[in-house]
Amino acid sequence: MKVVVCTKQTPSTTAVFTVDANGHVSWDDPGGKPNIVNPWDEYAIEEAIRLKENHGATDAIALTVGSEESKDALKTCLAMGCTEAILVSDSAFDGSDTVGTARVLAAAINKIGDVQIAVFGNRAIDGDTGLTPVQVARKLGWTPLTYVSAIKEISNGQITVERLLDDGKETVTAPLPVVISVVKEINEPRYPSFMGIRKANRATIPVWTAADLEVDGATGAEAAKVNWGHVYAPPPREGSVEIIEGETIEEKVRKLVDKLFEEKVI
Amino acid sequence: MFDFITEEHRMIQEAAREFAQKSIAPIAAEHDETGKFPLETVRQMGELGFMGIEVPEEYGGVGMDTLAYVLALEEICKVDASHGTIMSVNNSLFCHGLLKFGTEEQKQKYLVPVASGKAIGAYSLTEPMSGSDAGTMKSRAVLNEAGTHYIINGRKSWVTSAPYADYIVLFTMTQPEKKHHGVTAFIIETDKPGFSRGKTEPKLGIRASATSEIIFDNYECPVENRLGEEGQGFKIAMTVLDAGRIGIAAQALGIAEAALEASIKYAQEREAFGKKIGQFQMIQQKLADMKCRVEASRLLIYQAALAKMESAKTGRRYSLEASMAKLFASETANYCAKEAIQIHGGMGYSKEMPLERYYRDAKITEIYEGTSEIQRMVIARQLTGLR
Ligand SMILES: Cc1cc2nc3c(=O)[nH]c(=O)nc-3n(C[C@H](O)[C@H](O)[C@H](O)COP(=O)(O)OP(=O)(O)OC[C@H]3O[C@@H](n4cnc5c(N)ncnc54)[C@H](O)[C@@H]3O)c2cc1C
Ligand SMILES: Cc1cc2nc3c(=O)[nH]c(=O)nc-3n(C[C@H](O)[C@H](O)[C@H](O)COP(=O)(O)OP(=O)(O)OC[C@H]3O[C@@H](n4cnc5c(N)ncnc54)[C@H](O)[C@@H]3O)c2cc1C
Repeated sequence: MKVVVCTKQTPSTTAVFTVDANGHVSWDDPGGKPNIVNPWDEYAIEEAIRLKENHGATDAIALTVGSEESKDALKTCLAMGCTEAILVSDSAFDGSDTVGTARVLAAAINKIGDVQIAVFGNRAIDGDTGLTPVQVARKLGWTPLTYVSAIKEISNGQITVERLLDDGKETVTAPLPVVISVVKEINEPRYPSFMGIRKANRATIPVWTAADLEVDGATGAEAAKVNWGHVYAPPPREGSVEIIEGETIEEKVRKLVDKLFEEKVI
Repeated sequence: MFDFITEEHRMIQEAAREFAQKSIAPIAAEHDETGKFPLETVRQMGELGFMGIEVPEEYGGVGMDTLAYVLALEEICKVDASHGTIMSVNNSLFCHGLLKFGTEEQKQKYLVPVASGKAIGAYSLTEPMSGSDAGTMKSRAVLNEAGTHYIINGRKSWVTSAPYADYIVLFTMTQPEKKHHGVTAFIIETDKPGFSRGKTEPKLGIRASATSEIIFDNYECPVENRLGEEGQGFKIAMTVLDAGRIGIAAQALGIAEAALEASIKYAQEREAFGKKIGQFQMIQQKLADMKCRVEASRLLIYQAALAKMESAKTGRRYSLEASMAKLFASETANYCAKEAIQIHGGMGYSKEMPLERYYRDAKITEIYEGTSEIQRMVIARQLTGLR
């Protein structure tokens, strides 16, 4: 049983962004590296490695569609314990929307072959749509299991998971293969070990291009159904602070309630 | 700019930073307050490879170089110098000595567990009446008649990690009349009869690292646990300290950087007399001097690390480079910690901020593994050839 974990490189959580007049976005992080593994994906990577350690998966393969720079994110996956990493990169994929990205990911998963579980993070901190996992599932024709907070059992070609939903937990069983997207309650991601870092730097990360894949459907900016018409930095929020004075707590609360009525907050 | 720092070095540095910030930062103040040894994080560090960075993989280590070691140690010490002390003793004072002077059997038995973080190591040179002047030690090791065991007696002081150590590299006299040339090194197993520990020392700084006396009362050390030859101990001790001093320099650099970073932020935010305090020349001078010393320390540390890496090929000693790095970085740490408190005013003196901890932690770097006076002596002797 092979497990694939799809991961994406995102700007670091402390990155500082600039948007120029043409809507071109750039960023840097004065305190560290500007790009990191999408933080949600750390849980997906951990779970993929655990599927290998505890559920007899033979491979835990990290997969990303992105630029050459995304190899950094893949190295982190290897350093944490993934057995392999594959970068899919081609200018034909630039500017894809989530459907385009999903088509490429699905084609790559098909090429890897014999994959039973594709693990995703719940969402990416930059694009933040949460669409990619379900779209990949749809493309592959596999069952999507979202918001997974625990993998309970894998046996007889079936997987049982717990899903963490707004109004409670749900346990569901589905036939393999499946696409799962995980929430952070599922595990505690491990740190990359120094031994892992060494291994990652010795590993070669193959780069697959459009020519290596049989992508079903169009990709790239042209094909994107969702267009980014206007990209700009939102104006900073205006706000002011008022400290309510009063002799007693009761008086302060009364004044606060009056204010809130006045401002039509309540 | 520094093209000797590879992508792999950067990844090690980042991994160390991440671990320090996520796992050590939240507990550092509490362990400083209570003086409790951070066993759990030390174990975790061991599993991740922090305890045997320069030890080859076949001996349980990571197989990287001195640069990787100093980059990782600096990141740990930027957050907590106590963890750094424990890490540096395992790496430089224990593993380095075993790797360089141990037999294959000794390496398998003692280096593998310490380098892989499953056991804790320590290094014991100092005695109550013998510190900077190691030739005057009073502890003794005498070979028994059968020639199978050395019988060791005496007290050693200030042994970092001793309260938790599984194995200790011990330096003691086998031929006292020969002074320095009568010192021999041994590997001690701390669970054997004849070995005991004194009380853990209460101390000014690096309070989460545990230091105690150790006492030998007819401890029987098998001959195969002698490290190196009889009389070679002093040379081994000094060779190991050369490596260790680079680590202490990196520790000092970490403390200095933490103090500087906090100071820059505070100078940008804190206002007095209608200005940011960073606009006052007297504060600017402090920041500028701190920064220059921090960067100069870093360069001396890189120089020492490269000299040590070079030495693996050429055999050339790097005592001079190591002493210069340790001397300058430790004085920089003390300068920066002191000025950082000054820049923070009353807040700097408060336990609510880590500045006062940096100040207390910085001091040890001017004392252990050779005081600043001893470093100056080593440096000057190298320059003049005079003794
Ligand atoms: C240069 C550029 C141009 C773009 N142009 C457009 C555009 O014109 N229109 C538009 O709609 N979008 C555009 N995008 C956004 C892009 O479609 C999304 O970033 C991507 O499809 C993923 O969506 P998301 O970020 O919302 O991820 P989510 O769906 O929130 O992520 C969920 C999970 O899927 C994984 N995942 C997401 N993307 C990948 C990937 N590439 N490889 C592996 N795993 C992945 C995540 O890591 C996470 O685990 C552009 C992106 C870039 C970098
Ligand atoms: C927290 C802590 C941890 C330690 N950990 C270890 C450890 O793990 N293993 C270990 O073996 N030791 C350890 N030590 C001991 C440490 O290395 C010694 O304290 C140090 O070498 C100084 O020795 P001393 O204390 O005997 O001071 P002394 O040698 O008595 O020195 C007293 C003063 O005299 C000065 N002085 C001495 N000789 C000269 C000279 N020739 N010229 C000019 N000035 C001189 C010194 O610089 C110092 O200022 C530790 C000490 C501390 C405080």
